[in-house]
Amino acid sequence: MIEKALTGDSRYWTWMTCLLVLMGIGGFCYTQQFNYGLGYTGMSRDVSWGLYISQFTFLVGVAAGGVMLVLPYYLHNYKVFGRITILGEFMAVAAVSMCLMFILADLGQPMRALNVILHPTPHSILFWDMIVLNGYLFLNLVGGWVILNSEKKQVPPPKWVKSLIYISIPWAISIHTVTAFLYCGLPGRHYWLTAILAPRFLASAFAAGPSLLVICALVLRRYTDFDAGKEAINKLLTIITYAAILNFFFVGLELFVAYYSQIPGHMDTIDYLFFGLKDADGIMYNNLVGPMRFSALIGISATIALLFPKMRENYCTVGWLCGAIFLSLWIDKGLGLVLGGFVPSPLEYITEYYPSAGELGITLGVWATGAFILTILYKTAISVKLAKES
Amino acid sequence: MDNSRRKFLKIAGLTAIAGIGAPTAFNSLLKGEVHASTATEGCYPAAEHGVVTATSGKRLGFVIDTKKFAADRDLSKRCIEACHSIHNVPDFGNKKDEIKWIWVENYEHAFPDNSQQKVSEEVEKLPIMTLCNHCQNPPCVRACPTQATFKNAEGATMMDFHRCIGCRFCMAACPYGARSFNWRDPRPFIKKENPEFPTRMRGVVEKCLMCYERLAEGKLPACVEVAQPAGAMFFGDLNDPSSEISQVLKEKFTIQRKPSLGTKPSIFYII
Amino acid sequence: MYDKNKIIPGLIVFVGLVTFPIWYGFGGGGKLPNPEKPTIAKQCVMPTEEMRKSHMVLLNQWRDDIIRMGGTRKGVTADGTDYVRSLQKGCMKCHASKKKFCDECHNYAAVNPYCWDCHLQPKEAN
Repeated sequence: MIEKALTGDSRYWTWMTCLLVLMGIGGFCYTQQFNYGLGYTGMSRDVSWGLYISQFTFLVGVAAGGVMLVLPYYLHNYKVFGRITILGEFMAVAAVSMCLMFILADLGQPMRALNVILHPTPHSILFWDMIVLNGYLFLNLVGGWVILNSEKKQVPPPKWVKSLIYISIPWAISIHTVTAFLYCGLPGRHYWLTAILAPRFLASAFAAGPSLLVICALVLRRYTDFDAGKEAINKLLTIITYAAILNFFFVGLELFVAYYSQIPGHMDTIDYLFFGLKDADGIMYNNLVGPMRFSALIGISATIALLFPKMRENYCTVGWLCGAIFLSLWIDKGLGLVLGGFVPSPLEYITEYYPSAGELGITLGVWATGAFILTILYKTAISVKLAKES
Repeated sequence: MDNSRRKFLKIAGLTAIAGIGAPTAFNSLLKGEVHASTATEGCYPAAEHGVVTATSGKRLGFVIDTKKFAADRDLSKRCIEACHSIHNVPDFGNKKDEIKWIWVENYEHAFPDNSQQKVSEEVEKLPIMTLCNHCQNPPCVRACPTQATFKNAEGATMMDFHRCIGCRFCMAACPYGARSFNWRDPRPFIKKENPEFPTRMRGVVEKCLMCYERLAEGKLPACVEVAQPAGAMFFGDLNDPSSEISQVLKEKFTIQRKPSLGTKPSIFYII
Repeated sequence: MYDKNKIIPGLIVFVGLVTFPIWYGFGGGGKLPNPEKPTIAKQCVMPTEEMRKSHMVLLNQWRDDIIRMGGTRKGVTADGTDYVRSLQKGCMKCHASKKKFCDECHNYAAVNPYCWDCHLQPKEAN
């Protein structure tokens, strides 16, 4: 079935070649990092997690977002999503693959990565993260592939696959909850130490994941004969709107707790992110203020815009709005959350973080690899679906 | 595929898995001489994976008299030099890659939870020796996915650099900023190698290890050895009511760093 | 066979490449390792054959015992000699040259253990 990914028109091959070039650049940069050490990146003693972990955190959300297609169709028989659940499952596969690649890229001793399995540590959340991420990858890959294969052969899928799909639904919630637990259980980081971090993660996941799905569906509609259908896309937009409203509501709750209680531990990071923070010597640090305010602006505007039915009529507008929400949440979760958690440091110093060129190269390479995996899987899926429908 | 061929492949697959899995299980169960690493999940035999809030058993700790350090400004430098030189701690010369096991902070950075509004001049200038607190309830040990950092039987929060995968979760978890990471190969930046102690390699986290190697030889930790003649540091078993350090704690008022977090640090400061 | 003229030569090249390790050093066997024995002590921690087979297991056991279980650093050989259970402060005190001892077998077996990225090796007397 995967041989369908080996045929395509010139645009397809151009796209794949561009991705391969980016992957090659990323691979080269990684060899440099492997030989030099993680000092190759912009991380420092005070900001010990950077772009890699932030991308991983965001992408776990995108992967979990795939459940928003699976749940209505498999649990509630919402037939409209029937044709496109495979898109959600395969997007989850690509996203989780990227997560695992980012984690490996971030390890100081990647050759020892299997120590997490050799020395299982149930009291460490990273151990559970390893389990749930790999489990989710397996569930979606096997489940999606088997169902697609059955469709290709025009036979009903085997009964055991249904169990995998049903397990994948609460599992999707668990992957992002466990990722949130990585952050919200650490006593020294007050920006992360909040019970609402997991609900926030889930809300932004269910807005960002389906946003990317809508964009993919629109791209597929433009470049192939596969049309997800107006009803499916509208329903997805409804889900995105509600999830985004919830997300910004949660952000509002955080802002209230921080600024009404006036407790410095709660306020300091939000100050740094949105207004800039001064250290004890009076130096102002504000390198994330621009991106964070931009993220808030486009995120809230796009969410409000999506409330109006007229905005959903034109697919071009829909694409821009979904892109805006995706970008806004990428900045908020990708940059704001992880980098903000390290400012101020436990000793009340402020160290800012800028990714290095090589770090950006590796990040781009991993995103390109994810896009590569996604393209192959999507090409296979829609080839099967289109062949079946003709 | 017809049924008999499917059946054959299923049986072949299961046999292969059993064939690979069985000898391994057999070996580890029967041999008894399991790799010592899998048998020792942490330290205390009775306790759970590394998280030990032991009220019984040995609990080594420090009392640091900051006033004595203030009286002799050179003392803190000598403590730091003693520690960093015998442990081959590198000096990269920049803040980004910095590795430090023990260093000096001022009052407002070491005790941010204490009011900074109106601080006496004397306190403002106190040099606070800052190092790993060797917490009794350490968030870093909870966080480590490989038990590369763990509590040992003497109450020290230890590290096994062989097992560290460099994920830096412990660095995120530590509320005191006590940990450093080897962002690059440290060897070229070690001023003078001490041949009696290893270095670390790039990609692992490191911190104060309570001089476990010196304690094993009956010596005091390096910083304590330097500071003790001046009465600036006390070291001993916090759980032993007759030890010198317990007497000091009974007589003097001490504070700790961020006590509200419940980490139960083993370092007390006389301010 | 279709394309006989391409397949047969291709097969020969392939088989040649795959069996390269076998026929390249044929008849030579390579120079056997000759690790230089220490002069300070007569007996090692364990008998030579056992050491050859499982010195890594021994080192790992020392490490876990000493660091995690608070085990002793003191060891005694079968003939009563004291030694320190440590790579840097024990093994390398007798086997004082990494090049003349450790590397001999490791190079032959083409293994590259990273012990000495951390454990300082004794200065080679040149």
